[in-house]
Amino acid sequence: MSAAPAALGKDLVGLENLSADQIRTILDTAEPFKEISERRIKKVPVLRGKTIVNLFFEASTRTRISFEFAEKRLSADTVNIVAAGSSMQKGETLVDTARNLEAMRIDMVVIRHGSSGAAQFLADRIPSNVINAGDGRHEHPTQALLDLLTIRDRLKRIEGLKVCIVGDILHSRVARSNIYGLLTLGAQVAVCGPPTLMPPAVEELGVKMFTRLEQAIEWADVLNVLRLQLERMEAGYVPSLREYNRIWGVSKARLQAAKRELLVLHPGPMNRGVEIDSDVADGPHSVILDQVTNGVAVRMAVLYLLAGGQPERAEAAKQGGDT
Amino acid sequence: MRASILLRGGRVVDPSQKLDAKRDVLIADGRVEKIRARLDAPEGIRVVDCGGLVVTPGLIDVHVHLREPGEEHKETIATGAASAAAGGFTAVCAMPNTDPPIDDPAAVGFVAAQGRRARGARVYPVGCISTGREGKRLALIGEMVDAGAVAITDDGNPVMDSGLMRSALEYSLAFGIPVADHPEDLGLSINGHMNEGLVSTRLGIPGKPNAAEDIHIVRDILLAELTGGHIHLQHVSTHFGVESIRQAKARGVRVTAEATPHHLVLTHEAVNGYRTDAKMNPPLRAPEDVEAVRAGLADGTLDTVATDHAPHHYDEKEAAFTEAPNGIVGLETALGIMLTLVVGEGVIDLPTLIDRMSWGPARAFNLPGGTLAEGSPADVTIFDPAETWVVDPAEFKSKSRNTPFAGRELVGRPKKTMVGGRFVFER
Repeated sequence: MSAAPAALGKDLVGLENLSADQIRTILDTAEPFKEISERRIKKVPVLRGKTIVNLFFEASTRTRISFEFAEKRLSADTVNIVAAGSSMQKGETLVDTARNLEAMRIDMVVIRHGSSGAAQFLADRIPSNVINAGDGRHEHPTQALLDLLTIRDRLKRIEGLKVCIVGDILHSRVARSNIYGLLTLGAQVAVCGPPTLMPPAVEELGVKMFTRLEQAIEWADVLNVLRLQLERMEAGYVPSLREYNRIWGVSKARLQAAKRELLVLHPGPMNRGVEIDSDVADGPHSVILDQVTNGVAVRMAVLYLLAGGQPERAEAAKQGGDT
Repeated sequence: MRASILLRGGRVVDPSQKLDAKRDVLIADGRVEKIRARLDAPEGIRVVDCGGLVVTPGLIDVHVHLREPGEEHKETIATGAASAAAGGFTAVCAMPNTDPPIDDPAAVGFVAAQGRRARGARVYPVGCISTGREGKRLALIGEMVDAGAVAITDDGNPVMDSGLMRSALEYSLAFGIPVADHPEDLGLSINGHMNEGLVSTRLGIPGKPNAAEDIHIVRDILLAELTGGHIHLQHVSTHFGVESIRQAKARGVRVTAEATPHHLVLTHEAVNGYRTDAKMNPPLRAPEDVEAVRAGLADGTLDTVATDHAPHHYDEKEAAFTEAPNGIVGLETALGIMLTLVVGEGVIDLPTLIDRMSWGPARAFNLPGGTLAEGSPADVTIFDPAETWVVDPAEFKSKSRNTPFAGRELVGRPKKTMVGGRFVFER
């Protein structure tokens, strides 16, 4: 546990502006919460009486369910709103949605939206806590936090590690949040993928760039492999999925050529045989299911801290002694 | 109409006559009658004390969007003309990207008539290059000129077909009007919402690279060279674009160009926080581009300051960044911004600014005005170069409030605006 836990403020919009202490506080707070999910009765009364809205303008299964489990295991009352069939699809603006939610006196909003900046937009306009569950290409902070927690669990540190994010960096909010979080905690970060899928000036963020996967594997301790959206091919970023797999796909053969053991992460959902081969996804390097488990604990930690919970009391809270 | 006004004791800055001195200006019959060091006031005329004020030829903005017809919830020709007058402008050129677009003589006549009715700044209609702004075939350019159009443009849309642009430049030779282009290669920029660079990467906003603008600037210059036509390049924002225009002018190509106040004083950092009031097209660029645009304005590569006044309803700007429309209002902040942040920072001197905002645009678009030469129309701008004020969008005459300069303290403010010998605005 860090000596002086740092408060998070009202919202979690991204990792770019969080300090190392703030990130460590979230990861440390997640540790005691992991155990709750292993119990027979997976519930503690930490957020009893709190109302949380999961506001999903974009389709999501994993992230939404992970948040929902985190909320329910902390005893919050939750409502899910998905764009299809909601007032948002009937042309209601984001600002009106926000005002209506506020009028219902909710405590927290978890928002997923296709536009970069949507979470900040909401956070600036309502007094409730806002948690960004992914906004456009901007950030997906809880995904990066669970990636950090998974890496730290396995390798016992973040500082000094070499982490390479592989794939479509251009369109990836997961990549951006990981870059900020890893750099803040003292890791070295690289990105690797087709040059058409690299963001402009990405190296100015402080990352190395590899165009070939062999170089990345040679360099890295950890690979975080991103999903290749199938529509990238139609948009002309890559000529074919087969070619992508041959050049940037993480395969067992490539990993075996590495000088050291690599940890392989993937935020899901996977395209097996495109960016990652099944024998890697299901093999000894993979910590992909650990990521999913850690996702619930990290989200519990974020909810708890934003609700005003004290990091040093998280251990007591999970015993049911703290509301 | 003999009724007269004497503007007494102002600092008269008129670059068309290389004049910068304390002068009295006598206005009669809607014209500048006399400028002398000292004039006695004839019996019964209004004397306006201009001590401490600057008196200049009326400012002209060759690039504004007045939204009428079709988007009157954002602006009308009347509110736009009033906004212009409040900003010290005596004439504006209204872009044709309305709904329906201004692509035939009847529509041009409508804009001209609404402009006359507004009794604010003069409103000069600009017609479309292509029918419906579709970039397919030439609009009725000759008839639109007869109806009062002073230029043609498909502004908002670039003309993507180089063959059509060539035809527009050639055909317009018969009418002596400039062909104004919004230079942007959409193949490079269609999905973009801000300048491509480190800031866009950090914010996760798809970018528009400088090259999208540069390619069309160079193409337009080559087509003007090929045809002998007059190309006017709108809102130039890139360093390579400025340099290309500089070289073209040195070769004798008929090219004129404009810079907006915002591209002279803001960089893409202004977008941080997803500020939709910093979203415009072309986007705010990198610092080296701002420096180049400043240098281009100073050495005359860029002939004129134009605001690209682009009113939007607050509902439209109160949205996620990628969903908000492009553009900001500019008429009521332009002079203050230019005096404070361009003249005030020593980029250009006051007479150069007045040239770029009056004589420069008048020459670029062959418009009357831009001068206080005796006998010319009495379009006059009077401003206080020392008044400190804070931009409060609630005070705008414009219907819209979308400005990144809200709350900014400026030094220098329009006080009186005269069009044809009549004050259309007085503060």
